[in-house]
Amino acid sequence: MIKIQNLHASVEGKEILRGLDLEIKAGEIHAIMGPNGSGKSTLASVLAGREDYEITEGSVEFDGQDLLDMDTEERAREGLFLAFQYPVEIPGVSNINFLRTALNEKREYLGQEAMSAKDFMAMVREKSALVELDPKLASRSVNEGFSGGEKKRNEIFQMAMLEPKLAILDETDSGLDIDALRIVANGVNTLKSKDNATIVITHYQRLLDYIVPDYVHVLFDGKIVKTGPKELALELEEKGYDWIKEELAQ
Amino acid sequence: MSTDSNKGIKFTEQLQSTAINIDPDLKKRANDFLKDAELPTTRNEAWKYTRLAKLNKVAFVQNEDTSLSRSFEIDREACRITFVNGNLATNLSDLKLPEGVNIVRLRGNQHEQFKLKTNPEELFGAINLSYLSDGIYIHVSKKVKVDQPIEIIHVLKGSDVISNFKTIIKAEEFSQVNIIQGFFAEDGASSCFMNNSLEIDVMDNAILSLDKIQDENKEAFHISNEMIDQQKDSTFTINTHTLNGGLVRNNLNIRVLGTNCSTNLFGTYLLNGRQHVDNHTVVDHKVPHCESNELYKGVMNDQSTGVFNGKVFVREDAQKINAFQSNANILLSDTASINSKPELEIYADDVKCSHGSTTGQLDEEAIYYLQTRGISKTSARNLLIRAFVEEVLENIANENVRQFTESRLNDRFNWAL
Repeated sequence: MIKIQNLHASVEGKEILRGLDLEIKAGEIHAIMGPNGSGKSTLASVLAGREDYEITEGSVEFDGQDLLDMDTEERAREGLFLAFQYPVEIPGVSNINFLRTALNEKREYLGQEAMSAKDFMAMVREKSALVELDPKLASRSVNEGFSGGEKKRNEIFQMAMLEPKLAILDETDSGLDIDALRIVANGVNTLKSKDNATIVITHYQRLLDYIVPDYVHVLFDGKIVKTGPKELALELEEKGYDWIKEELAQ
Repeated sequence: MSTDSNKGIKFTEQLQSTAINIDPDLKKRANDFLKDAELPTTRNEAWKYTRLAKLNKVAFVQNEDTSLSRSFEIDREACRITFVNGNLATNLSDLKLPEGVNIVRLRGNQHEQFKLKTNPEELFGAINLSYLSDGIYIHVSKKVKVDQPIEIIHVLKGSDVISNFKTIIKAEEFSQVNIIQGFFAEDGASSCFMNNSLEIDVMDNAILSLDKIQDENKEAFHISNEMIDQQKDSTFTINTHTLNGGLVRNNLNIRVLGTNCSTNLFGTYLLNGRQHVDNHTVVDHKVPHCESNELYKGVMNDQSTGVFNGKVFVREDAQKINAFQSNANILLSDTASINSKPELEIYADDVKCSHGSTTGQLDEEAIYYLQTRGISKTSARNLLIRAFVEEVLENIANENVRQFTESRLNDRFNWAL
């Protein structure tokens, strides 16, 4: 699905990613954990195509194509999705209108016909139910006046609508109460299939009780320094990151 | 005469004085004023950001040819009257008027006497009176709710042609009417000038809405002087949407003379190239218990320039006034500019007033967010611009006018969704 090799990325001359390697296959869920400033959100932004970052070295192959060569919107149309840590409020643009535009631009790109208004609305109803998002929110301005939990559920709703091959959840759990966390996790688990994959970026192990990863990676100083099974997350929760730093120092 | 020959009014030298004599005293004062008149410079506060020197580079002419290569319409269901360069195009005009509406052409009028509001000592008002091409008086009878909108279309055609036109509207007590003014230019019209004058009386308890669509061309000059008097318990709403034009100046002056009135002013200006659009508005609250709402929004691209100067007066006796005014702008390029000056002058002490002005760029964070959902950068920008102006467009009560405006925006800026 995605193969990241020796990725180096800088922002304003400061190197954040320093030779990151990661390979994810279809059907897998990977968790990326790490202390603050280790480069977790930078990785998400670089993969999504944010312009502020400069890629100085390395390659990213997404479904056989050079991801780094694509525009942000092209990556999305090819099936990459980023659930934002801080979803953006867009006054005046309705959730529905923007999603219809997004879906139809994607379909046009893939050479498919535009979706009928009827099918689209049926899909909105089905997918908003999945994350227990009030259908009224679907017609409101994007994220405007949404609570923290509603914003995160709206991210998963959009993910459900766009049916990505690879979803990156950037700290989707931060700021969520346990009920909202369950709803979000349930959405992600329901959407999981053998053809798609998920990267869960998180600070806390708690989310991984609900979205169970196949692999847990530790990102430190711009590199993946340790990879293990889901139990590694529990170990990190208990012992923090210092023991990994010590391991590295040896 | 000024010793500086550049300052005199040269662009009217080839024009014939009008034979229309609607207010003889006023016309004489206008003629006297024009003898020594000069083109206002940017040192004149009222014209600080709008340069008129270009006008003197054109020797305007009058032209009575009313043939058009195509017809123009905004609301297909409206009763429509079309003027080409200020001359009635009979074949493009409806003869049947809605019940309760009477229209008198000013050219050839023998019966109606008018007491005009036009200031004959203001340059464009004076020129309008002196060289009036034609005009119409629209009268709406008492207690009549006119269901069919009245649409007055103006088309500029040819080269260096000027239209000096006056519209007078009187909505009698308890009447209700929607008037549409459309300003267009035929393909190939070059350096034409619409010098437009509008006078409205909204009588007690009447409701008048005016939808003004300016859709001329990049070479066209357009100056509007609009004077509205509102009597008690009346409602006046104006939607001014400037979609195209070279040099546009709208002077909108509303005097609220009676208590318990509502006044709504909505406007957009959407500019590219080197277009210049200047909206000067005045709402003068002279009496208590009234409310006014003003919202103008502008989107400027390329080297276009916008001016917004909105004044709200609340006179000493005008207590319990709610007056709101807002102007917001988006600059799409580094070379576009806006001069925005909202002003409140309040002499009463028990009022609720606010005003504000913002100018910014499109939110880059929002554009990125939309792109991550697969929307192209261009579509993302259009979605945001569209959302920005929608807040103003949604105030157009006439569905057909709103659709027309939106579809023209799609044509011009590719804002289709």
